Amino acid sequence: MIDATVKTLSSLLAAGKLSAAELAQEFLRRIDAYNGRINAFITVDRERTLAEARRADDLRAADRAGPLTGIPLAQKDIFCADGWLTTCGSKMLSNFVAPYDATVIAKFKQAGAVNLGKTNMDEFAMGSSNETSFYGPVKNPWNDQMVPGGSSGGSAAAVAARLAPAATGTDTGGSIRQPAALCGITGVKPTYGICSRYGMIAFASSLDQAGPMAKTAEDCALLLNAMAGFDPLDSTSLERPPEDYARDLDKPLSGLRIGLPREFFAAGLDSEVAAAVLAAVDELKKLGATTAEVTLASAGLAIPVYYVLAPAEASSNLARFDGVRYGYRAPEYADLDDMYCKTRAQGFGAEVKRRILIGTYVLSAGYYDAYYLQAQKIRRLIAHDFGDAFKVCDVIAGPTAPNTAFKLGAKADDPVQMYLNDLYTIPANLAGLPGMSLPCGFDSKGLPIGLQLVGDYFSEAKMLNVAHQYQLATDWHARKPQGY
Amino acid sequence: MQWETVIGLEVHTQLSTASKIFSAAGTAFGAAPNTQACGIDIALPGVLPVLNKEAVHKAIRFGLAVNAAINRRSVFARKNYFYPDLPKGYQISQYELPVVERGILKIRVGESEKTIRITRAHLEEDAGKSLHEDFHGMTGIDLNRAGTPLLEIVSEPDLRSAEEAVAYARTLHTLVTWIGICDGNMQEGSFRVDANVSVRPLGQAELGTRCEIKNLNSFRFLEAAIRYEARRQIELIEDGGTVRQETRLYDPDKNETRTMRSKEDAHDYRYFPDPDLLPLEISEDWIEATRAQMPELPEAMQARFQQQYGLSPYDAVVLTGSRAPSAYFEEVAAACNQGKLAANWVMGELAGALNKADIDIAQSPVSAAQLAKLIARIHDGTLSGKLAKQVFEALWAGEDDVDAVIDARGLRQVSDGAEIEQIVEQVLAANPKSVEEFRAGKEKAFNALVGQVMKATKGRANPAQVNNLLKKKLA
Repeated sequence: MIDATVKTLSSLLAAGKLSAAELAQEFLRRIDAYNGRINAFITVDRERTLAEARRADDLRAADRAGPLTGIPLAQKDIFCADGWLTTCGSKMLSNFVAPYDATVIAKFKQAGAVNLGKTNMDEFAMGSSNETSFYGPVKNPWNDQMVPGGSSGGSAAAVAARLAPAATGTDTGGSIRQPAALCGITGVKPTYGICSRYGMIAFASSLDQAGPMAKTAEDCALLLNAMAGFDPLDSTSLERPPEDYARDLDKPLSGLRIGLPREFFAAGLDSEVAAAVLAAVDELKKLGATTAEVTLASAGLAIPVYYVLAPAEASSNLARFDGVRYGYRAPEYADLDDMYCKTRAQGFGAEVKRRILIGTYVLSAGYYDAYYLQAQKIRRLIAHDFGDAFKVCDVIAGPTAPNTAFKLGAKADDPVQMYLNDLYTIPANLAGLPGMSLPCGFDSKGLPIGLQLVGDYFSEAKMLNVAHQYQLATDWHARKPQGY
Repeated sequence: MQWETVIGLEVHTQLSTASKIFSAAGTAFGAAPNTQACGIDIALPGVLPVLNKEAVHKAIRFGLAVNAAINRRSVFARKNYFYPDLPKGYQISQYELPVVERGILKIRVGESEKTIRITRAHLEEDAGKSLHEDFHGMTGIDLNRAGTPLLEIVSEPDLRSAEEAVAYARTLHTLVTWIGICDGNMQEGSFRVDANVSVRPLGQAELGTRCEIKNLNSFRFLEAAIRYEARRQIELIEDGGTVRQETRLYDPDKNETRTMRSKEDAHDYRYFPDPDLLPLEISEDWIEATRAQMPELPEAMQARFQQQYGLSPYDAVVLTGSRAPSAYFEEVAAACNQGKLAANWVMGELAGALNKADIDIAQSPVSAAQLAKLIARIHDGTLSGKLAKQVFEALWAGEDDVDAVIDARGLRQVSDGAEIEQIVEQVLAANPKSVEEFRAGKEKAFNALVGQVMKATKGRANPAQVNNLLKKKLA
């Protein structure tokens, strides 16, 4: 049961061979047993979860069940969920019980899915290793000396360790795809604007996008069907007719044109990762695809551009955490300014402070044009490069991360090395394009390798089709870490 | 040396929308603290702004009213600073691309008219309020006002005196209430003025260093603050000092301005486009639909009143001070066909009575139709102007029909020549002394005789006829 896909669990529930309550209990039991090892969850609330499961069983009894009714899902702790502690991985929100549901949470609730708990994450989603969490690092289930990636590291580890059938993540510069790659699962970052950002605690508003994390592309499609859709509460949400992201899963890949960006296979890429990714491309060719080299000339500037824009937005987004209305407030202070300074000095971790400082600096009078405006221009160039690439290919393939999981602490003191881990994922965020990561092999240390696909705007169904066909032909996605 | 004062005004008008500019919370004034602040207004984690279309609609109305360019695309930016009554740590405002640019407003000071250029008008949200009293040494925060829509209207430095500044502010106040975008309530802060004031030697082209006086919430304070500030700057320069650019506050109790913060202390607001809001796109259709709904504006109405009803420019300006009196006047004037008389009555007797009772013209106990009938009775000679006031008082007190009041009180004017002549003769016969004095050249004696005739007729005699007859008899 724990290895079953959402799709399978859904049929078992529908056939009455399993109840939502039994399913929730089983995963709660596993969380009890294994979370101590990997620290994937920040909050587990047995009673709430079981109440939701009973409600799901009632829905089914009333013949009002949908495909996700009764499916337990781990929710990244960035999503506000009514009545749940919602910390965003920060001391600043360590006492914040959300009084409302994020749209994504509300949609899952409406679909009858069961909230299994809130997963650990880098503080305010700032990090690529899950080491910046106030709640301690998440361990990679494949090797507990290794990081799970970040910032959705708790969600990725929970799915990999079979503590949840599927989970949600958010991706600002790779925060779904990179931990999915490092933990050997499948994760999708949709086109910007597909999933509502309402109730998702903002890091960098123009880049943040929610998405599903699961064992298979097919499961991701099922979750995305529930998560996506126009939301009048989010002005950047796109008003489009609803679509079935699973509609093209079974299409053959004959005639598919895969673009291989030269820049994604250049220096800095681990040779074992490169070999696995190229082998995956060969597999896709066997399934009928052709390849073409494409150029993303400006993609090399993605990291500097990202580390201007994302901190700029973050410095403003995080200003609301001031100790005045909710969240952490320093216990002692002399006056208003002192209250602000001490609250934020004590409430935020080092990486968050670093990005607030960078962001404040690049928006300052006299620097704005040189940094922020310049970065916006390059951002448009990067989007333009992708546009050119998609004239000659249907989907872009490459590595998700330049390496497999690295040791806990290995890059914690070297932010630039840490930032480089998102070299291949950031361009899709800057362009607003959909991207995903799926397992495509293991390195000699037995650590998973991720294949990244990037599609044109709104081509999630096609991207998922490619991934699903690959997963029908391979079994990397079905492997699981020992001991779970 | 002769000095010239140069003034530009920034006016914050609170747009009278039912809900806030980025949330669905209500905007009513005076609610219990924090009862009109939703999750968006208190900036909970994860919440997002959604622009209120009605606020945009009102901004378009303003742009059309001042003949400005309505930008097809404008951008909301974040103005970042920390303050407890600013929940997000930034204010959403329009910075580089405002919704309205390059308008004009005509003002009148005494007999002369002047055109003042409006640089821009931009949409933004208001902040909450810090309450420093009654909290045992702590500060209370009321976020009811946070997120209330404002249109900040910025003029060019085209004003040259406190009088001009007040005339501009008053004209603007009339206009924004006229077009229904602002309730104009200055006590409640719906119309707040910041004045940028500088001085320069008369004839110098270059502007002097300016000081900004914040939050003037009455026309009287605006005038006094500018006068004080201009004098302060002139004295400072004449004493060999220089004006420092700074923000100042006006203290009405001491009638002076004082430093609030200097330019060096000014915040770096780190403006950047708000990534939570797409650029505001305004279609041609939206503008044209709004234009079609625009009422006749005060300036056009003034010209029409002068032309159509023969009013003086002054009367036309007074009657178009706001929409309700202008509409009332037009109803009266149209019904009695006596523009000038209607203007006199609306601005005189009616305005006086309304003022005394402290009520709006909309609540006037005397309807426009009643007043029109009263004026018609003056015009057709049934009532003298003096007795008409008695009829007005009766209507004010609740009587219904003008003619019924006239008959019941016997106020009908006597215009029968023979009847008046008879009374005149009786009065002349009874007052030989006055007749003698008049003939001796004492003009006052004539008035005494008129008075006697009026007394004898209980004020009902037609005064013009009395005058004529008396003159004829005494000739």
